[in-house]
Amino acid sequence: MIKVSNLQFSYPGNIAVLKDISFSVNAGESCAIIGPSGCGKTTLLYLIAGLLPSPKGTIRVNGTPSVNIRGNIPMIPQDYGLFPWKTVWENVAVGLTLRHTPKQHIQEALIPILEELDLLPLISLYPSQLSGGQRQRVAIARVLVMKPSLILMDEPFSSLDAMTREHLQTLMARIWKTHHITFIIVTHSIEEATFLGTNILILSSQPATIRAVRHNARAGTISYRSSEDFFHLSSEIRKILFSRSRSNMP
Amino acid sequence: MTRIRFLSGITAALFLLFVWVFFSIILTKGIIPSPIEVVKAFHLKTFYPHFLVSLARVFVSLIIAILAAVPLGLFLGQNPEWDRWIAPVIFLTYPVPKIVFLPILFILLGIGNISKIALIALVVFYQILVTTRDGSRSVKKPFIDALVTLGAKPLDIYQHVIVPACLPAILTSLRISIGTSVAILFFVESFATQSGLGNLILDAWGMADYPLMFVGIIGMSLLGISLYEIVEIMEKRLCKWANL
Repeated sequence: MIKVSNLQFSYPGNIAVLKDISFSVNAGESCAIIGPSGCGKTTLLYLIAGLLPSPKGTIRVNGTPSVNIRGNIPMIPQDYGLFPWKTVWENVAVGLTLRHTPKQHIQEALIPILEELDLLPLISLYPSQLSGGQRQRVAIARVLVMKPSLILMDEPFSSLDAMTREHLQTLMARIWKTHHITFIIVTHSIEEATFLGTNILILSSQPATIRAVRHNARAGTISYRSSEDFFHLSSEIRKILFSRSRSNMP
Repeated sequence: MTRIRFLSGITAALFLLFVWVFFSIILTKGIIPSPIEVVKAFHLKTFYPHFLVSLARVFVSLIIAILAAVPLGLFLGQNPEWDRWIAPVIFLTYPVPKIVFLPILFILLGIGNISKIALIALVVFYQILVTTRDGSRSVKKPFIDALVTLGAKPLDIYQHVIVPACLPAILTSLRISIGTSVAILFFVESFATQSGLGNLILDAWGMADYPLMFVGIIGMSLLGISLYEIVEIMEKRLCKWANL
């Protein structure tokens, strides 16, 4: 599905952000990217989305360079990226509107998704009238309605309280299984990475390299969160991240 | 809320009427006539043509200014490479009082309506341009990124993000511009014309017909208030989200 090979990226002024990043994610799997603050996680996600100029190395999605399929890999940015001037309905419908989908088809596509995410009673409200959890569900609905095979998420649950965050992680896991999608999530929460990532990519600080990759077959199963394996993997990731950040201290 | 607004509007109108009556009594030279004298001096047949001419001049000027300033402001705000060259020209000419160009406009465009409309449009153009450009520059990038990943083309970005995000700022600048445009209207109608409320006011002043002069002043105020209210209605309809 996604194959990233020898990826390097620098911002103007030669500030190296990513160095020798290689990994792959199979169709139907998920990938959680975790690393210290400012290490380049979001940059990596933007490169996969094709939003940044071509880097050195390759990013292929189903064999096609990602820059060539920009606009076909929906992303949920930090703070959801909902348009304050559009109602819930208009926000969710915007992608289909861009494709000039007839109104009737938009309606047919939206209603089941809004029902699934419990958003139907909110369709005429604006984002400022919603709670953080509701906004996040609208952002998920907006990408799901496009029937994507791959979704990118940039710290989607970071500004939510612990209970809402856990509820939405469970919801995301359910959607992942029922809609047969592949997704990449950037997070700074170890527990979130462990719960949602079939592949967990642990990055070093800038310029980011891959510190470790962990495969996590039980990701997304509800019982996993309270299992011993979950705690073992979480503490292992914590150790890797902590050892790295301590070695970077002056 | 609407009831409170209505009541506060009525209170303000009554207060202004009281101030008017008060000054008409204490200033005995008749320079401020009483409301009753003004009502007597009001003749629809005289007033109406002047009002329509002024309304047309200011309305056409605002439309021209909006059509020129809004797209340019939106574009400059989103294209720093163009803005780098054009912004200095704007900011160097912005503080220049545009009314000094009236003689030049008279020579270039004649003394008819076109030069008058051009001057009002020129003044308002700058006010709308600067606000729109600043609004366009401050549109958050994640909005654009989110839309691009959903398949948006450059024009879609303007339609779904840039224009709606800037609309409150555009309408605010338009509201401010209405006051300016009516002031400039009075100025341009004081030269080389026999029509318009500005001409009516100055003509009546010259004949020491103060009640008629006040008919013109109130007409000009009504013109400003009507345009202001139109923008208010537009804002309520188009920017519901900004007033929640």
